[in-house]
Amino acid sequence: MMEKLVWYLTQPYVQYALIVGVLIALCSSLLGVTLVLKRFSFIGDGLSHVAFGAMAIAAVLNLTNNMLLILPVTMLCAVLLLRTGQNTRIKGDAAVAMISVASLAFGYMLMNVFPSSSNVSRDVCTTLFGSSSILTLSRDKVWLCAALSVIVVILFIFFYNKIFSVTFDEAFARATGTKAGAYNLLLAIIIAVIIVLAMNLVGSLLISALVIFPALSAMRVFRSFKRVTVCAAILSVVCALIGILVSILAGTPVGSTIVAVDIVAFAACWLVGLVRGGQHT
Amino acid sequence: MALLTCEHLSLGYEGHEIVHDLNFKVNAGDYLCIVGENGSGKSTLMRTILGLQPPLGGSVMTGDGLSRNEIGYLPQQTVVQRDFPASVQEIVLSGCQNRMGFRPFYGREEKRIAKENMEKLGLTQLAHRCYRELSGGQQQRVLLARALCATQTLLLLDEPVAGLDPKVTAEMYDIIATLHRHGVTVIMISHDVDAALRYATHILHVGKQLYFGKRDDYLQSEAGKLFLLQQEGGASE
Ligand SMILES: Nc1ncnc2c1ncn2[C@@H]1O[C@H](COP(=O)(O)OP(=O)(O)OP(=O)(O)O)[C@@H](O)[C@H]1O
Ligand SMILES: [Mg+2]
Repeated sequence: MMEKLVWYLTQPYVQYALIVGVLIALCSSLLGVTLVLKRFSFIGDGLSHVAFGAMAIAAVLNLTNNMLLILPVTMLCAVLLLRTGQNTRIKGDAAVAMISVASLAFGYMLMNVFPSSSNVSRDVCTTLFGSSSILTLSRDKVWLCAALSVIVVILFIFFYNKIFSVTFDEAFARATGTKAGAYNLLLAIIIAVIIVLAMNLVGSLLISALVIFPALSAMRVFRSFKRVTVCAAILSVVCALIGILVSILAGTPVGSTIVAVDIVAFAACWLVGLVRGGQHT
Repeated sequence: MALLTCEHLSLGYEGHEIVHDLNFKVNAGDYLCIVGENGSGKSTLMRTILGLQPPLGGSVMTGDGLSRNEIGYLPQQTVVQRDFPASVQEIVLSGCQNRMGFRPFYGREEKRIAKENMEKLGLTQLAHRCYRELSGGQQQRVLLARALCATQTLLLLDEPVAGLDPKVTAEMYDIIATLHRHGVTVIMISHDVDAALRYATHILHVGKQLYFGKRDDYLQSEAGKLFLLQQEGGASE
């Protein structure tokens, strides 16, 4: 078993998968904390369906690098959803639901009407749940994913304190001269990037899990924003590593394996939180 | 020119008017107390001044080169997510955000300001505690410390002493008075009319009758007499 693992680790495609997986897990978890706290996670969920629709279009158009289409479309929808969401909460909710089911339906229809391969249901399943495709990523895509993730991480670190103030108390931030609107826009765009990235790793239905679980787990255990963020990042990276390795060894689908590991980590953190909470009070 | 000028201001929500034709001026160095009954629109006025909501009519003008990032603000209510993980220190430091510009990380100066204000409000012991695990009064002190960190020219406080114990209340008034002596302009909403009359230089009464003027004249005015009478009779009502 050890030998098999070592052999796999020397294979370039496995190395690519690990690098990309770790980077994607890192940036989705960094932003996860903010998204959960700002109640943006439902927008993320809606956007993942948009990305699915865009992917279907890309497949029909037979684009070689489908990210070039998916990324702008998802960004556009992120900005639009944020706009509607700001006016009134309920309308925003409805808009998200509308856009997300519409893109799901539209995407599925497109894939059936213009099948790009003989096995449509397998294709759909692959897009929704991710596949072993992360192991077959092309060099271009690896570079694109790596570059985008690094940009997201740098942006996050650079704006960390501003993101904290806008997340904690937007009214105060705006009243004292922070351009909350601009940061919300930035957040929306980053969410879109993360979703498109994460789609490569876990498929569009499981993206939310990758974003939400590490944040929620860390929030069980820690009580300050910085610690929660750091803990979520570490958890997410470790879970992604374990998930990818297990899926290679056991032959399980990458996406769901990573999410399963995330869930186990959440359960562990929940227990730790219970024990700690009992001690505090 | 005045720091803040409100002309023919009318306030409200979605076309529903609450206050009509409000006129007043705040000069640099003033200490303005806003008084009035519950629901008369004091918080709405403050939010409008801060640009958090648009006025229904009229205008709010800032002068003397006052820019938004010189303002400190204490909201009446802060809706913080139930699970928000944030330590007292992180929140107080976030008050310094407005002097950061594009610098990404807090420097020595910001940390010093935050530390000073935490000391002033007796929060040093609580620095690493989680905000949402504090009592209401403690939370209020944290937000006050954050507002003090943000203040350079103008300080807006919406019922700053609500929920504070008498000792901290007195200290709070002291801190605000000291800031005022050092040239910070203060606008404060308060139901504590005694304190308002003791510290303020100007009074703005919001309600059915509007009043704006010097503190001493307020006592002679109709709105003032009526309000003070009500306040005294309030307990028996
Ligand atoms: N978000 C809102 N939407 C619609 N109406 C509102 C909203 N917030 C407040 N109001 C109404 O505006 C009026 C003024 O509210 P405001 O909070 O300004 O009163 P206040 O003078 O600050 O009262 P208090 O002394 O209780 O703080 C109230 O009648 C209230 O019902
Ligand atoms: Mg009020």
